[in-house]
Amino acid sequence: MRAAATNALVPGDAVRKRSRGRDLIASWTPRLVIAPSAIASFIYVFAFTLWTLYLSLSNSTLLPTYQLVGLKPYFELWSNRRWEIAYGNLFFFSAFYVVLTLAIGLGLAIAIDQRVKGEALWRTIFLYPLAVSFVVTGSVWNWLYGPDAGIEFFVRSLGWENFTFRPTTNKDLAIYTIVATGIWQASGFAMALFLAGLRSVDPDLIKAAQIDGAGPARIYRKVILPSIAPIFLAVAVVLLQFAIKTFDLVVALTHGGPGIATTFPANYVYDLMFQRGQIAIGAAAAIMMLLALAVVLLPYALWTVWRSRRTAGAHG
Amino acid sequence: MASATYAAAVDPSARAANLRYVAARLGVYAFLGFFAVIYLLPLFVIVSNSFRELPEIAKNGLISWPYSFSLKAWSQAWSHYCVAGTCEGIQRNFFNSLEMTVPATIVSTLLGAINGYVLSKWRFPGSETLFACMTLGVFMPGQISLLPWAFILGSIGLSNSIAGLILVHIVQGLSFTTLFCRNYYVSIPDDLIKAARIDGAGFWRIFWKIILPLSPPILIVTVIWQFTGIWNEYLFGVVFTGGRQQPITAALVALQTGQMNAHPYDIASAAVLIGAVPPLLIYFFGGKYFVRGLTQGAIK
Repeated sequence: MRAAATNALVPGDAVRKRSRGRDLIASWTPRLVIAPSAIASFIYVFAFTLWTLYLSLSNSTLLPTYQLVGLKPYFELWSNRRWEIAYGNLFFFSAFYVVLTLAIGLGLAIAIDQRVKGEALWRTIFLYPLAVSFVVTGSVWNWLYGPDAGIEFFVRSLGWENFTFRPTTNKDLAIYTIVATGIWQASGFAMALFLAGLRSVDPDLIKAAQIDGAGPARIYRKVILPSIAPIFLAVAVVLLQFAIKTFDLVVALTHGGPGIATTFPANYVYDLMFQRGQIAIGAAAAIMMLLALAVVLLPYALWTVWRSRRTAGAHG
Repeated sequence: MASATYAAAVDPSARAANLRYVAARLGVYAFLGFFAVIYLLPLFVIVSNSFRELPEIAKNGLISWPYSFSLKAWSQAWSHYCVAGTCEGIQRNFFNSLEMTVPATIVSTLLGAINGYVLSKWRFPGSETLFACMTLGVFMPGQISLLPWAFILGSIGLSNSIAGLILVHIVQGLSFTTLFCRNYYVSIPDDLIKAARIDGAGFWRIFWKIILPLSPPILIVTVIWQFTGIWNEYLFGVVFTGGRQQPITAALVALQTGQMNAHPYDIASAAVLIGAVPPLLIYFFGGKYFVRGLTQGAIK
């Protein structure tokens, strides 16, 4: 505007052309600004996945090569005893970890929801493990599960001289230490989300149930829990995602041992790629991890879209 | 309360109800207390043992009242302890982590803010699809990107360097920061932007003058999320760097595996605590925002 006024002598056409040029630049600014991030994300999400997929079909060993051999690395992976243990551990861990984390998280949320004193303090206590790395968590619990100064030592010092508790040195029990530590780390997270859900339940619904003479247990079972069911599902999906990606916790807590008893898929990928020089098989294992995530997340994403369409339709 | 006790004094059934109420309250606190002890045990163990003397720990165990006091473990862990052949303690790795986390957090947050601004206020054909593709990065397992990153970092001369890790974390973080910011900016009324445009404000002016001043809540959430996530990350650190270049998480694992017999619990506790302090400080001072990021990151 001001430019047009001061340049009153400049022919109008030139001004219009210049401002059209500026409009063009302005309309492309957003696209230009987002382009670097978009390209980086595109490479990260798609090109990297295709790259790893390609490597998983090649005969790469110590170094990547680009000669395709078809599904051979996948057959080698699936005939491998260690991979069998790894995905067996993943299923076992996921089942216990998700169910117990949900249960303890819900229990803590309901307890805190009973108008307890010092709510902020309780929440802080149950959530702090999430701020700390798996490396720290795994290290400390490794000492506590160990025999030389941890829980066994403590109980013995209380007088039970024959008490034995060395789960990380027992190949059948070691997996439970990962389950327990995983739950310890994540149940505060479930608690926080459930608590937010409990607080968002329509108070009129609860009042109506109270007027109908329902006791607290019945109100929780019949009114409150059904209305926070979507949060249950969301937390379960996030936890499953954590489970599939479990890596550093195992490294810090058991190093995959004793022996190979607590190997997880993510740990095996790392081993194959960087310790054993089996890049193709490692890439195949990484692709299997991605597939597992897709199996968990795709149905959930579709369900979320379907549900939001349905509620939108109901309102329109 | 007063009327309840009065009623209880006269009516036996009311007294029973009152007793039941007290029992239920005690039950709730016992339940919370039981879990609180388990939750706090590891924190108590590393804090107390980092100030104890090793012979006393060996005598009384890790779970014990601290009968000795010493600051020796801290100075050992910080500047003298040997990790992977070099004996300068954990400080180098601490500063590596700091050098990696601070720039990666700032850059990824700024880019996320600008991306979120474009994707919510300057939509163009295909921008929704672009947003969906970028958020896919949130779910990618790190293992998928290891070999491509190793190749790229090698070919641009950033393998085994902090700068390489910064790049990896920025690209990986973009999907989170963009998601957070975009979902926050969507709730800023479009009329505000329209009015500014009519007044002649352009893309950047609107960003600086309208969007950024409204952003602190989401920027704090994003910074906390990124800082703790990058500081605590282990996989990329151990794969893309070695020895003196490693971030603290990788060094802590090396420190644990290096010692087979006679575990130096005092020094290890101090070292582990040094690695945990920055995210813990952020958690205790920015707890509200930390929880908000957590719920947003999980549900969205």
